[in-house]
Amino acid sequence: MSTAETLTAQGYIQHHLTNLTLGVHPEHGLSFAHNAQGAAEMGFWAINVDTMFFSILLGWLFVRFFRGVAEKASVGIPGAAQNFAEWIVEFIDENVRGSFTGKNPLVAPLALTIFVWVFMMNLMDLIPVDLLPWLFGQSMAIFGADPHHVFLRVVPTTDPNTTFALALVVFGMVLYYSFKMKGVGGFLGELSLQPFGVWGMPANLILEGISLLSKPVSLALRLFGNMYAGEMIFILIALMFGGGWALGLTAGALQFVWAVFHILIITLQAFIFMVLTVVYLDMAHQTHH
Amino acid sequence: MNFNLTLIGQMISFGVFVWFTMTYVWTPIVKALSDRKAKIAEGLAAAERGHQEKSLGEQRAQEVLNTAKAQATEILSQAQKRAGEIVEESKVDARSEGQRLIAAAQAEIERETNRAREELREKVATLAVAAAEKILKKEIDVRAHQSLVDDFARQI
Repeated sequence: MSTAETLTAQGYIQHHLTNLTLGVHPEHGLSFAHNAQGAAEMGFWAINVDTMFFSILLGWLFVRFFRGVAEKASVGIPGAAQNFAEWIVEFIDENVRGSFTGKNPLVAPLALTIFVWVFMMNLMDLIPVDLLPWLFGQSMAIFGADPHHVFLRVVPTTDPNTTFALALVVFGMVLYYSFKMKGVGGFLGELSLQPFGVWGMPANLILEGISLLSKPVSLALRLFGNMYAGEMIFILIALMFGGGWALGLTAGALQFVWAVFHILIITLQAFIFMVLTVVYLDMAHQTHH
Repeated sequence: MNFNLTLIGQMISFGVFVWFTMTYVWTPIVKALSDRKAKIAEGLAAAERGHQEKSLGEQRAQEVLNTAKAQATEILSQAQKRAGEIVEESKVDARSEGQRLIAAAQAEIERETNRAREELREKVATLAVAAAEKILKKEIDVRAHQSLVDDFARQI
């Protein structure tokens, strides 16, 4: 890597794990952060432009494709695009029917959005790790920026902001439907009266509270952890390319093997996120406790 | 793990995508799917109905064919019978016509014979008178001897 030559391995990894953050720095004012520390100093009121850009771009592609199909959806013989979209929709519909027992028109579209959007964001991991950041750095250099301080993370799901955002929205829905379906008393009763009955109320609250709070946290951290680790391995493999032709060939083989294996991981993680969301919402809808 | 405004931004984008999918994507596609399901079921039912109708029609056609065959056989036998009768009739007619013709011819012959005989008789009478005149060499009163001549002529 041309930029990696002048960097240490640690610097290279750091560079790849830093978001393109726009925010108000206490010293530099409104600017892009020059490093991870600078991004941290901006505090909460900063935005990861790369994460937002790629996630919205992918989401836009997703809704555009499916909207295009939905607009032209014909009852007759479907075209290739419609066939593909219907295949996914039926797959989601089957899964939702299998694990969601209540009646809510929101759940299936929610599951479709999560599955396809998360899958597409994960899929960005299969693009060679240096390609887009390098292109972006070079093109920013035209405008006078130092490519070493131009960051770009192309996989939005390796940014905990994304995974926690998804998990928090799901958690908000779980709370909303818990209160709506079970009633305030029903939901609070569910939290405090089991598994040990009325006299074990404090223990119940602790247990059920942890179990409730662990839902969004586990959702977000599972996806984030898997994608972060996957990206890290790609970065480590990419480091080997700088170590002569023998190491480079090994790295090429390793990268191929890991990419093939990663196809499984990204699909699985998108699927797990979707299924758990549906299951949590199903639990929120159950009133017979 | 820096949490910043991106978290809020991603929540908003997620919400918008879910809303859009629910409003503009999911319903039409699922509707198309269920409509197609219904259409296929309908088509299958129609095919089944068509199949039944076809076998019914075949059965009916076979019946009509059988009736037609029976009728044709009947008509044929009637025609043959009628032809035989006509032949018989014409034979009888021909025979009677022939007999009639023969009878007519015989009558004609009879009549001609009689006429010839009558003529001959008259001519013989005249000849006899002439011969008698010659034989008697004397004038005989034809009127006076007419009954004699007639008598003679009748005897010829």
